[in-house]
Amino acid sequence: MWGKLSWAVIPLDQPLILVASTIVAVAIVSVLGWVIARGHLPYLWKEWLTSVDHKRIGVMYVVLALVMLLRGFSDALLMRSQQALAYNAPGYLTPEHYNQIFSAHGTMMIFFVAMPFVIGLMNFVVPLQLGVRDVAFPVLNSVGFWLTATGALLVNISLIVGEFARTGWLPYPPLSELAYSPGVGVDYYLWALQISGIGTLLAGINLVTTVLKVRAPGMNYLRMPMFCWTTLASSLLMVAAFPILTATFAMLLLDRYLGFHFFTNEGGGNVMMFMNLIWAWGHPEVYILILPAFGVFSEVLSTFSGKPLFGYKSMVAATMSICLLSFMVWLHHFFTMGAGADVNAVFGVATMVIAVPTGVKVFNWLFTMYGGRIVFATPTLWAIGFMVTFVVGGMTGVLLAVPPADFVLHNSLFLVAHFHNVIIGGVLFGAFAGYTYWFPKAFGFRLHEGLGKAAFWFWISGFYVAFMPLYWLGLMGMTRRLQHYDVAAWRPWLLVAAGGAVLIFIGIILQIAQLVVSIRQREILRDSTGDPWNGRSLEWATASPPPGFNFAVLPTVGHEEPYWRGKQGPRSQAATEAEPVYLDIEMPRNSPVGFICAFFATAMGFGLVWHIWWLVGIAFFCAYATFVVLAWRDHHEDIIPAALVARLDRANRQARSMAAARL
Amino acid sequence: MSAIQATGGATGDGHNLVVIPERRARESQVASGAEGTRIVVAYGFWIFLISDIILFAAFFATYAVLADSTAGGPTGRNLFDIRNVAIETACLLSSSLFCGLAAIGARFANARLFHASMVATFALGLAFLSLEAREFSHLIAQGDGPSRSGFLSAFFALIGCHGLHVTAGLLWLLTMMAQVVAKGFRQDVLRRLLCFSLFWHTLDIIWVALFSLVYLVGVAP
Amino acid sequence: MLLLKWANSWRVLANAGRQRPVRQPHGANVALGVLSAFLLAACHAEILDPGGPVGKAEGRILVDSLAIMLAIVIPTIVATLLFAWWYRASNTRAVYLPEWNFSGRIELVVWAIPIMVIILLGGVTWIGSHDLDPAKPLAAETPALEIQVVSLDWKWLFIYPKQRVASLNQLVVPAGVPLHFSLTSATVLNAFFIPRLGSMIYTMSGMVTQLNLQADNAGTFRGLSAHYSGEGFSDMHFDVRAVSANEFAGWVNTNLAEAQALDATSYALLAKPGVPAAAATYRSVDPDLFAKIVSRDLAPSAVMDTAHHASAGDRPEGK
Repeated sequence: MWGKLSWAVIPLDQPLILVASTIVAVAIVSVLGWVIARGHLPYLWKEWLTSVDHKRIGVMYVVLALVMLLRGFSDALLMRSQQALAYNAPGYLTPEHYNQIFSAHGTMMIFFVAMPFVIGLMNFVVPLQLGVRDVAFPVLNSVGFWLTATGALLVNISLIVGEFARTGWLPYPPLSELAYSPGVGVDYYLWALQISGIGTLLAGINLVTTVLKVRAPGMNYLRMPMFCWTTLASSLLMVAAFPILTATFAMLLLDRYLGFHFFTNEGGGNVMMFMNLIWAWGHPEVYILILPAFGVFSEVLSTFSGKPLFGYKSMVAATMSICLLSFMVWLHHFFTMGAGADVNAVFGVATMVIAVPTGVKVFNWLFTMYGGRIVFATPTLWAIGFMVTFVVGGMTGVLLAVPPADFVLHNSLFLVAHFHNVIIGGVLFGAFAGYTYWFPKAFGFRLHEGLGKAAFWFWISGFYVAFMPLYWLGLMGMTRRLQHYDVAAWRPWLLVAAGGAVLIFIGIILQIAQLVVSIRQREILRDSTGDPWNGRSLEWATASPPPGFNFAVLPTVGHEEPYWRGKQGPRSQAATEAEPVYLDIEMPRNSPVGFICAFFATAMGFGLVWHIWWLVGIAFFCAYATFVVLAWRDHHEDIIPAALVARLDRANRQARSMAAARL
Repeated sequence: MSAIQATGGATGDGHNLVVIPERRARESQVASGAEGTRIVVAYGFWIFLISDIILFAAFFATYAVLADSTAGGPTGRNLFDIRNVAIETACLLSSSLFCGLAAIGARFANARLFHASMVATFALGLAFLSLEAREFSHLIAQGDGPSRSGFLSAFFALIGCHGLHVTAGLLWLLTMMAQVVAKGFRQDVLRRLLCFSLFWHTLDIIWVALFSLVYLVGVAP
Repeated sequence: MLLLKWANSWRVLANAGRQRPVRQPHGANVALGVLSAFLLAACHAEILDPGGPVGKAEGRILVDSLAIMLAIVIPTIVATLLFAWWYRASNTRAVYLPEWNFSGRIELVVWAIPIMVIILLGGVTWIGSHDLDPAKPLAAETPALEIQVVSLDWKWLFIYPKQRVASLNQLVVPAGVPLHFSLTSATVLNAFFIPRLGSMIYTMSGMVTQLNLQADNAGTFRGLSAHYSGEGFSDMHFDVRAVSANEFAGWVNTNLAEAQALDATSYALLAKPGVPAAAATYRSVDPDLFAKIVSRDLAPSAVMDTAHHASAGDRPEGK
């Protein structure tokens, strides 16, 4: 009846896990209780859970990312403290537990922090920047988000019911095969990522179609803001790369569930094939994450320098060539497999070629600052911190692309330091810059600047203190994923790195404080103009927060920076500009399909992990039925009457002209 | 499955033979009137099909790598019954023809032509699937299932993946027939039909690749 | 920056580290001694203090590549900070160019500089990859010593096929003689790595990878698995002792005379998952043992896989 599930799978003998999951459970229950007690449930259901508004979905993606960041970071603290303690000692985490922690840390940080963060920002910003009312497929968008949330939920369930994978963030066979990992950990990993992977694919399809087919009149390709270009490149990569991941994980699942021989030691399986396939997805994945961050920095640096982005067309060319090249370098993840000199050399050089467009981007940001009037707001700090940090990470990346150097650095802490250098210093700094930059657009008030800057300084110094020692440890020959060690020389550096993790922890606490303080002081931080940073692209042309339909009248674009151009005209012109003719607006109706699907997907994933086949069957049927019901509804859209549109828009116009008059 | 609604005659939709009551001029929720909803939906579906083809490419690549990993077991030459596969191919290709006829039926709002063609498509698709199922069960029964060798794992996964797609397609087909019965040839139903026929033809193209690269190359001396 | 300083000073520090015994002292100045030893040890980067020709060449390529890139990275960082500071909004002396967004010359330069750096680095890569291909035999007058390496859960078995001896978790090699390793895995993926000798390489079940290394002088080096392989992974390290040719011959003879035999029974014991309490040596090794492991004829793990990791009580031995 219940497959492999029994009471024995709950780790009652592990106090750490019990305490952690109790805290999580208490937090969830108290939040839910608060929501219900205050009568917010109908609001939450109508306005958020069933929303198909790209802005709301974008915000929910970012909330998911921030919550999972706390989960992933707590794992990081455990790992750093374990390695600080485990010199000639077992430390306080058993190998069994420690191996789950580093696997969960990587999995969560990549799939449930970095991915939802960048997808959330793209979702929120891109339709606004393109001057349109929604993405191409609003309901699909909601389904995509909720499937991602399902994956995150399954990973978290594994904390208390059963176990998580002990095979690292990429489950290399044969270790991940049934013969060596008979537990449910790898199954949790695989099903969680299969489900969220479908969500990511849907997000990619949606964003590609949006950027290519849904733009304001006159918004041709070379008038799109840079962030839209990086979104396009990143989403194209999602569409092209995620099916490979799905196929690879499907093969591993077939091996584990039905005794196939794709990657087994026996029966003609081939582990090298797994490595090739997984990195054929894995390397583009890196660019799926970093390209949107590049887009954020382009927007931020241009806005806060008070200048257009330098070398726009060059940046477009660089973005698209990175997109293309990212598929041609996967083998550099396993130079040490012994593929031969020619193969290694070709992939090494191909990898370096990517450094060219990336370098061009850095230089163009540099010249964007040149001749500017740089305002050091929090997003600017993240951007400059990024430029300084990222070039170091890029350099060590190119170093690892030199096969003879990789032969001694592969899998070492040097490698760990490198990818944290580019993912924290690149992706995460970009995500934080975008979070601070677009927060007032989403909620109508700014985030507290002082706390934001303090958080930045703790994050960046914490990053350097935590990861520079890891570079050095790599050169000392320390390999990754060690639960304990007996080399005295490593210890001091690991202690320093643990200190760095504490600094980052303080940075995170400051970010939480920033959010709380900003919400409490929201009237002081209120932005009534919709344009708090003196922005340049169309998202700043509408109110903050934007109305559900984004723009009362779709803007007509005649220039690369239409909003900025508009502002350059005489002030009186903007104020006295004739009121447009308001029409009824059709907007997609909210739909619970995404949420319901996620519910059944969770049940299905859980059933698959524990071999509860009846549950799988029922959940699958219900998910299908949900879509049929969706297909049957007759009213897909609500109509917002012209009078309401006019009222909202007049309020916005008045606030803007008052703000203009104050200047 | 998209929530984008037609905007009446304003989209310049070429399929407006079924007249939808003209509504007061409204702005589409999406954007410019330049790209009609039908174009956006079909475009998005094409993107999905590309991703699906990449999925198959991954299985194809795996098959190519494992084609010789027979672990002492049988090879394609020992196993493939090319006559059976030829009948399968004929079924699937002619189902595509009927799928095309169904699209014509839908275009001219000819319910009889539409339903008859869809039934024929379904029947041929089902025949294809049952032949494939027979081939699979035969192989498994004689001990040459996917657990026999890497080669057979890759074979079963690749062909099975296509079979699953066809199964999903049949489910979709039935749903669309029910939709047409219940809703008539409405704009959103027509858009879904367009996506369905794109999907069905793509499966056909993929099968042609499977047939040539797996079966024909497999039995070649 | 910091890295460059480290890179430039490694020789000095490493030499100092060698002159002063690291595990120290019983004198009056214990505190000072411990502190300095600690500092010296903590600055000893094994990768940058190679003990053989392969490691030396790789270390050189590493430092060279780093230097080439730093030549462009450092100016970029300096320019970033300088531009950000000079063009701050409050600086009234800085020029403001609100419309300036393109310059063909600058674009030419910003594309050309990375391209040229990459061409240079690409050359280093191409030549280096071919010179240092792990499968390429080392140029030497003496013929290479053949060693077969098997990674097991979680231990290393080293077979000397010519000498018909074998050792567990300790690798004894003659200094100054090229070593040719053939490597495989009896279970999961691992990576064989001796940081101070250079190149690591994967060990994979059913496959043989090739590696050529050499230790120039006598000494003891640390070897380890550089690819995570499960529960006992952290203990999967071994000592490499490079000794004189005579000493090596003596070691072989002692083993031939005294060590236990490595036959099917003792191999089956080895193949059980676990971490051995101590290093061991073996004699009368079946010359085909390695080939049998590769072809999985012995298939130790095939038999034991199902039992492997399965029970919750299964912990690495000796811990």
